[in-house]
Amino acid sequence: MNTKIAIIGGGPAGLAAAVSAYDAGVKDLLILERDDKLGGILNQCIHNGFGLHTFKEELTGPEYAERFIEKVRERGIESLLKTIVVDISKETDGLVVTAMSAEKGMFEIHAQSVILAMGCRERPRGALNTPGYRPAGIYSAGTAQRYVNIEGKMPGKEVVILGSGDIGLIMARRMTLEGAHVKAVAELMPYSGGLKRNIVQCLDDFGIPLKLSTTVTDIKGKDRVESVTLSKVDAKNQPIPGTEEEIPCDTLLLSCGLLPENELSGMLGVELSPVTGGATVDESLETSVPGVFACGNVLHVHDLVDYVSGEASEAGKHAAEYVLKSTPGTSETPIRLETGNGVRYTVPSFVRPSRLEQLLTVRFRVGNVYKNPEICVYLGDKCLQRRKKQICAPGEMEQVIIKKTDIETMAPGETIRIAIETE
Amino acid sequence: METKNLTCIGCPMGCALTVTYEPGNRDSVKVTGNTCKKGELYAIDEVTNPTRIVTGTIRVSNRKNLVASVKTASVIPKSKIFDVAHELMNISVEAPAKIGDVVVKDICGTGSDLVITRNVE
Repeated sequence: MNTKIAIIGGGPAGLAAAVSAYDAGVKDLLILERDDKLGGILNQCIHNGFGLHTFKEELTGPEYAERFIEKVRERGIESLLKTIVVDISKETDGLVVTAMSAEKGMFEIHAQSVILAMGCRERPRGALNTPGYRPAGIYSAGTAQRYVNIEGKMPGKEVVILGSGDIGLIMARRMTLEGAHVKAVAELMPYSGGLKRNIVQCLDDFGIPLKLSTTVTDIKGKDRVESVTLSKVDAKNQPIPGTEEEIPCDTLLLSCGLLPENELSGMLGVELSPVTGGATVDESLETSVPGVFACGNVLHVHDLVDYVSGEASEAGKHAAEYVLKSTPGTSETPIRLETGNGVRYTVPSFVRPSRLEQLLTVRFRVGNVYKNPEICVYLGDKCLQRRKKQICAPGEMEQVIIKKTDIETMAPGETIRIAIETE
Repeated sequence: METKNLTCIGCPMGCALTVTYEPGNRDSVKVTGNTCKKGELYAIDEVTNPTRIVTGTIRVSNRKNLVASVKTASVIPKSKIFDVAHELMNISVEAPAKIGDVVVKDICGTGSDLVITRNVE
């Protein structure tokens, strides 16, 4: 089959990208989704708090998804469900997506442009080096969330959670409301990566202790988890002997970070950032492979779905421009964005000024908690902006906005640098 | 006078708030530890009238291995969270159901309706 733009993934990023590409003039689009419905992870995020920025009201995940699914439906945008993409490769005049489904078997889709919107995956137990046997009762927090919120099954009754990311916090409350006893949430770092609101409303409301600088050092039980041992860690995250606390439980949930799902991008030869695990992109969210765009959690992990939708709309619009060839080709050397003190990464990684409209939005994350910092933007050696903040934390994505007119004053070879400065 | 320690949820600062108040008297509330107005307003609400939206799932009587997601259509008193959570275990809905369908009016006397949040086919 043929399409103008193939969108890999029908979650919040894929849906928003499809709507915006359509509105930008490309009507021949195809969304490929491996689940049996559109909406992605939002379908299992039944708590509220989504959409405050986009719709000015607090929605649950499925309600937020439905707003975008409705937009896709209104436009008659085609989607293939229960279809998994196994390969994307270049061909002479475009891209070829190889997909599989029970209905169609294996088939190829020829597209002029591809939008990567595959989202992210949870860091699995195997990547955590936790000791002990491999008994039943250990789940990633998102797996438990699917069991409870979609299938109506409880993974266990006496629960310990490792990792205080938002999914872990949300599941602490969820399991409690379903009658489980959540005994503790352990966090390796000296601070939680979750939103304050979730710490208060998911843990404090129910008297669930949050143990910082703490990790799991043993898991007992052969057929089923019987207990989990927690230990304090030192400044180098090494367990401190003598601080062990054994907690009887039947379930351990892991909420230890999210990783962009980029196997397909890697096979296609898209350049990936070692920091985010996502593609390195330019101002148009185009990857190192021409015509291939990336957005949402496959590009970098977001805290708020509203930002995913916003970013994906940009990607969709730029993919449409690529297909319609409404942006002229350019041979200009892109300007690199550099990470200064405290900044882990930026999206985009480089910018071609001629492709910019009026403003460049740069999203980034800091590597530590900073109190009273200034977010500084340097063009070459010149400090362009200095913005005081009360706090910057790794769990909260930050952004700066730079005017095109300022970027145009830069000398060849200069770079844009974002840095955190404290007194 | 009573004293409560709270964490402000207004922003990532998470100011540690100390609140002293006479129960039932909104004007008596004194807040310290906040660095902005948001913290004060949050603390006053939390000690005089704390509220939450409750979300959860209910069974779908004519489907296996599938539950419907629901929420209270408006905030309810924090003290009623468990009443609602327990009530959800006794409720079911028949498919199909769609977002916004009212499953229970005025659930647990909270004045808030229980509504469907995910389409069930």
